[in-house]
Amino acid sequence: MEQKTYTISIYAENNVGLLSRVSAIFLKRHINIDSLNISLSEIDKVSRFVIVVRVTELQVQKIVKQIEKQIEVIKAFYHTDEETIFQESALYKVSSKSLFEERHIQNVIKKSHANIVTVNPEFFVIEKTGFREETEQLYNDLAPFGLLQFVRSGRISVTKSAMEISRLLKEFSE
Amino acid sequence: MKAVAVKNQQELQAPSQPIIGAEAVVRCLVAEGANLIYGYPGGAIMPVYDELYKFQDYIHHVLVRHEQGAVHAAQGFARVSGNVGVCMATSGPGATNLVTGIADAMIDSTPLVCITGQVPSHLLGSDAFQETDIIGISTPVTKWSYQVTRAEEIPEILAKAFYIAKSGRPGPVLVDITKDAQFASFDYSYTPCQSVRSYKPIPKTNPEDLQAAAELIGQAKKPLIVWGQGVILGKAEAEFKAFVEKSGIPAAWTILGASALATDHPLNVGMVGMHGNYAPNLLTNECDLLLAVGMRFDDRVTGDLNTYAKQAKIIHFEIDPAEVNKNVTVDVAVMGDVKHTLAALTPLVEKQPYSDWLEQFSALDKIEHDKVIDAELNPTKPGLTMGEVIKAINASSGGDAAIVTDVGQHQMIACRYAEFTTTKSNITSGGLGTMGFALPAALGAKMGAPNREVVAVIGDGGFQMNIQELGTIFQTQAAVKIVILNNDFLGMVRQWQQLFFDKRYASTEMVNPDFVQIAKGYFIEAKRVDNREDMQEAVAEMMRSDKPYLLEVCVEKENNVFPMIPSGASVSDIRLE
Repeated sequence: MEQKTYTISIYAENNVGLLSRVSAIFLKRHINIDSLNISLSEIDKVSRFVIVVRVTELQVQKIVKQIEKQIEVIKAFYHTDEETIFQESALYKVSSKSLFEERHIQNVIKKSHANIVTVNPEFFVIEKTGFREETEQLYNDLAPFGLLQFVRSGRISVTKSAMEISRLLKEFSE
Repeated sequence: MKAVAVKNQQELQAPSQPIIGAEAVVRCLVAEGANLIYGYPGGAIMPVYDELYKFQDYIHHVLVRHEQGAVHAAQGFARVSGNVGVCMATSGPGATNLVTGIADAMIDSTPLVCITGQVPSHLLGSDAFQETDIIGISTPVTKWSYQVTRAEEIPEILAKAFYIAKSGRPGPVLVDITKDAQFASFDYSYTPCQSVRSYKPIPKTNPEDLQAAAELIGQAKKPLIVWGQGVILGKAEAEFKAFVEKSGIPAAWTILGASALATDHPLNVGMVGMHGNYAPNLLTNECDLLLAVGMRFDDRVTGDLNTYAKQAKIIHFEIDPAEVNKNVTVDVAVMGDVKHTLAALTPLVEKQPYSDWLEQFSALDKIEHDKVIDAELNPTKPGLTMGEVIKAINASSGGDAAIVTDVGQHQMIACRYAEFTTTKSNITSGGLGTMGFALPAALGAKMGAPNREVVAVIGDGGFQMNIQELGTIFQTQAAVKIVILNNDFLGMVRQWQQLFFDKRYASTEMVNPDFVQIAKGYFIEAKRVDNREDMQEAVAEMMRSDKPYLLEVCVEKENNVFPMIPSGASVSDIRLE
């Protein structure tokens, strides 16, 4: 079976130790996590994990069941890229000198639709949110000018279909 | 066994003023009916032990000789009684010594609540004396775990721990309690846990799946049931028997399913798996319908998955959604507790004779008898076989004994030849294969079922892995019957070395101590036999004793367990020699 990129979404109680429990499921199966993001969700006291992995569909099905089996996990899903709206954010720290000395860098920034977050005499920081290829393109374009620092967030995504977690929670308590 | 007067929880009055966390722990245990626990004290759990001292009329704490003994004893207790087993240890090494048993309970779905002491919360992360991250260490092998840092959390968390351990597919839960939480005072009240909002222990049964299952059964000409521990854990023995008898379908068992249906039931066709019986293994690849009931298609059961029951439709009766299509893709999954799903299915099926199909089992059974079983049970050669010892135990116990086994050749022989009349009688480390399990588990089993005969059958290797629990057996006087099948080898590894490593017996021959002298050192009655005539009488004598008793049986050194499906081979490639 062919490997693909899958986005796993987990709705879970916001408890100490759950991340370790979830990551142990990947560790046990010798699967590397491409990216991981944990945040609030639309429901009070419920966290949302977004995990990106490259595996076969059979593998992701089994992983999702193991995740869902964890006591504090309310629901887990997996989706292909086509089924989600997803984005990543990247920050690029560049020396301010290049901004003033290299005219071309201004074109790069403008063309990329990136935002300048901060500028000071030593450095400036650019933020770009988009698909992996877009943040990578900007990375490649800025690299010749010397990147002082680069960091990219994990993928965040929402699904095109409804999640209905509130309904599930209600069902559980019945 | 020393009579232990344990008062009923109703006699325990609610506290009129704030109590400390440690007292709350003990009161929670009493409220959950956990009046028999196993443990070992130490610095970080001392406040709880102090309360156990005060509440000894309500809880009997058994002092083991090593924390691994505590967790295996709790497992034995849980497996024989169907109740949650409880064990307790201090922080650091006390907690890490529990880990093997926790992992064992996880893979064998045994309900346990393990309570560990932890360093005071202000020292967490400081590498304090006997600090270890037991939550981190135990996470992959627990159904749930929680670190308590405030006394107020104790009632709710322990209530949740018991609920999670025993509901749905059972498993071990670990609650780690910092020492300051044990000392802090709070207003105590206890409410048992009824639900956890993110946790659905029993999935809903879809009536259409039941209907689909009934239809497949109706069409089948050669159906085969393989049942597992789910029948026992679901307390579904009666429903299962009714289903088997109504449908007339031959039924085989996994090692953990053993004893859920009596060995001599006419439709019980034996054990599946690596050292299981010839007929059910071979016919797994000939049946047209495989009904998997509360079992999880372990690799020791299936052998090579690419050649496992490919010709058959498969129905999986399962409580854990993660087990469905994990190893074997099934045609119909009937989710739910088998106690309910089988009860709902039975009225939908018609009895069929399956005469030709059953005849195939009998024919293969005869081959296995001629080639393997007769020689094992009625040997004519001088050396003792393990099988004839099990046969002697059967004869003495009438099949009512709970047989507790360790891991290896003796385990396979005991599971193959023990005759069970009563459920929850085969207590063994199945999934994890933990040597050292049997001796403490037998102690726990005897205490969990004091009116039953409990016979621990152990190899000379595994016996020495938790040999120190003879001390606990002596102190409690739990009347465990211990049979060491001594071949002076790590027999199963030696068998593999013989068959697959060209007889290079690397580190498997054991120079053993005098087990009888060791038992006597613990004031446990003991005897050694090495010939057929004495063995029969010695087993009978052991079974007549109402005290702990150790019988060492010197068996043939290089016997092998057959049939055998070599690791990774197909069930069709089962070997008789």
